Amino acid sequence: MLEVTALTKRFGGLVAVDGVNLSLPAGGISALIGPNGAGKTTLFALITGFHRPDGGCVRFQGRDVTGEKPFRIARAGMVRTFQIVQPFAGQTVRENIAVGAHMHLSDRAEALARAEEVARAVGLSDRLDRDAADLTVAGRKRLEVARALATDPKLLLLDEVMAGLNPSEIRDVIPVIRAIRDSGVTILLIEHVMQAVMELSDHAWVLNQGRLIAEGAPRALAADPAVIEAYLGHGMAERLAKGAAHA
Amino acid sequence: MKRLAVLVAIFAGLGLLPLLVGSDFWLNAIMLALFSALIGQAWNIAGGYAGQFSFGHALFFGIGAYAVAVLQVDLGINPWLGMLVGGALGAGAGAALGWLTFRYGLRGSYFALVTLAFAEVFRILANSTPFTGAGEGILIKLNPHPAMLQFKALSGYYWLLLALTFACFLSVWWLERSRLGAQMLAVRDNEDAAAAVGVDAFAVKLKAMALSGLFMGLAGVFYTQRYLYLDPGLAFGPTQSVEALLVAIVGGIGTLFGPLLGAFALHLLGEAAQTALGDVPGANMVIYGTVLVVMVLFLPRGLASLGKAGLGKAGGRRQGLRRRKRRAKDA
Amino acid sequence: MPDMTILWPAILNGVTTGALYALIALGLTLIYGVLHIINFAHGALLMVGLYAVYFLWRFLGLDPYVSLLIVPPLMFALGYGLQRGLITRAGHGRDENILLVTLGLSIILENLALMAFSSDTQTVDTAYGFSTLDVLGAFVPVPKVVAFGGAVATALALWAFMARTDLGRAIRAVAKEKKGAQLVGIDVNHVYAMSFGIGIGVLGIAACLLMPSYYVNPSVGHGFVLIAFTIVVLGGMGSFVGALIGGVIIGVVEALGGLFLGASLGQIGIFAIFILILLFRPQGLLGRLQ
Repeated sequence: MLEVTALTKRFGGLVAVDGVNLSLPAGGISALIGPNGAGKTTLFALITGFHRPDGGCVRFQGRDVTGEKPFRIARAGMVRTFQIVQPFAGQTVRENIAVGAHMHLSDRAEALARAEEVARAVGLSDRLDRDAADLTVAGRKRLEVARALATDPKLLLLDEVMAGLNPSEIRDVIPVIRAIRDSGVTILLIEHVMQAVMELSDHAWVLNQGRLIAEGAPRALAADPAVIEAYLGHGMAERLAKGAAHA
Repeated sequence: MKRLAVLVAIFAGLGLLPLLVGSDFWLNAIMLALFSALIGQAWNIAGGYAGQFSFGHALFFGIGAYAVAVLQVDLGINPWLGMLVGGALGAGAGAALGWLTFRYGLRGSYFALVTLAFAEVFRILANSTPFTGAGEGILIKLNPHPAMLQFKALSGYYWLLLALTFACFLSVWWLERSRLGAQMLAVRDNEDAAAAVGVDAFAVKLKAMALSGLFMGLAGVFYTQRYLYLDPGLAFGPTQSVEALLVAIVGGIGTLFGPLLGAFALHLLGEAAQTALGDVPGANMVIYGTVLVVMVLFLPRGLASLGKAGLGKAGGRRQGLRRRKRRAKDA
Repeated sequence: MPDMTILWPAILNGVTTGALYALIALGLTLIYGVLHIINFAHGALLMVGLYAVYFLWRFLGLDPYVSLLIVPPLMFALGYGLQRGLITRAGHGRDENILLVTLGLSIILENLALMAFSSDTQTVDTAYGFSTLDVLGAFVPVPKVVAFGGAVATALALWAFMARTDLGRAIRAVAKEKKGAQLVGIDVNHVYAMSFGIGIGVLGIAACLLMPSYYVNPSVGHGFVLIAFTIVVLGGMGSFVGALIGGVIIGVVEALGGLFLGASLGQIGIFAIFILILLFRPQGLLGRLQ
């Protein structure tokens, strides 16, 4: 479904994304993990056209979409959410979601009706007429997902929809994301909450300092020394292993 | 539908006024307010709904005004046709200005200043070219006949203006319940988020500018026909630009009834000031300037936000009611 | 192509006028550079300064150059008060609101002047008003030579002030990193108001230097607003040297435009520059966006 080849982005002297290759099949939930500043959000921005890559290529459903405008990529069926939520403040939840629904529906009433459906799917139907700016963090994260979902995407890129949520809120969101997958939408998520990654995803890539350093089943990755070092610093994997041996 | 009914009722009422108001003085006073409402609403489409604050809407006004004047005087073309051309040129100028500025990513204050500079460029051009009559201006031959878009009675102009204003308000009513309108608000509130869900922000802003320019151009056509005289300062000077944004901001930007509210409130205030102070040059403008400052400081969402449950946000409230009713039924 | 006997006086005239434009733009660029706001009332405030100079001359017989001791401090106080009392409260997070509030302010000032002083144009008569200086064969009015010197001196003084004084350093710190400056204990609101005050004070200097060779009426500021903005974007927002060079460029463009296209059409060059720079090179010819 999504083929990323040798994707590279530099900001001044810093290489934020460095020759990333990844291939995402249709269906299922995959995760992109890695420490802060690894370049995950930049990679999302490159894939969805918000940044222009300095090299490499992005193919979506066989079509080359490298460097295309974000709205065109979204219309092709690949839609992202933002890590820092971006609601249309001053508009209601319903109106917010309807903007997404309008991608395929030109009729206002139909778009508003679709917004209600989507709100139900993500658990926002009790807040439809609330001003989006008045929502809690958890509510805004759901709104991000809802607005993207309302466009009927084929591939949904979720950027840390669980960051800032408390454990019970995270437990509530997990089935929502599963249900979206079950409706036939492919999902790629960036996530820091490892428990969620383990529970949700079938496959994960690990990004560190702009490079992919590992991929595989999340449980296997959690034991991968290279991954542990990336997260916890040089030498940590060895020390942990020693600690385990002593115990 | 309720909002449409209110809108139609207001304009129907206004349409009956010439039959009820005997004095041309009062009819003229109401016309001045209506004219402000027209250009305020035109500005509101780009400024209030699409969030593109222009300081140079006189550009489109002047283009429409000169179009009908030049076509008549220099080429002998009927002003009804001139009105179509004036509106089309206003829309075209709006789209062209939008294309140029949005393409290069201008926004906020820079967009405002560039629109102002464009209006100034056109003022200078109109001042320097012979076919616009240069600095002396352009005079249209008096020929009071509806076929020449001139009227013996003031009521003729009144109804013409009312029709144009109604068309403008009707467009905004339609906009509020259309995909384009929803996308304009989305672009105004967050361009990146809009793009992420497939909104072509550039195209949406362009359409907003074109629609805004269309009605500003038509207002210019009306002005020419009403006063039968035009000069570069009247057409492209800052007066119309400032009045348009002032009316919308006072009334409430991004609301359907705001510009009407703002126009009548301002003109009422102006009349009251004139009665109190006499005919002091500048007094009106001091009051308008003060109103602008006070509004931005204390009521940035305009008069319409005072009755948030009233005219401005009737849509959201209505839906809320409907939902509550439905829920009551479910239970 | 006209020969040098026509061209040289036009260029010289452009350079001296341009220095005055630069002086007006200096305040604007300072305010932009520190507060990141566009003061649309800059022209109207210049008008206030010009009236102050005019009335000091008319009622107290003060020479405009003597007013340099009085008008700039008054204008500074006015600017400080405006920033603290009005402009800082108007933003609500949108830069357009600052533009609107300063537009409102300019409408108020201009029309108050119209009410109080009528629309008549006023000038001051000085002994030196019509004397000229021979500069390589072209005659330049003495007030314009003084204005040129004053503009350069003011730009240098401003630069030295920013580089050498504690307040100047605080201003630069706030301009660069507002949050950081706050953290190290700088009173940001005070620095903002000081910067706005200094910007308007410089406008007071411009008024004193401009008045002997110019005039005042309520709408005199109009013509200067877009010119000053053009200089600011041309020189790079927030740059003093850029404003000085930009001012001279604009002065020369205007003078030559007037020579080749006539006084009315000649102005078009300024607006064309303004539009082109903002579209294609918003960081200015020399500077960088901060």
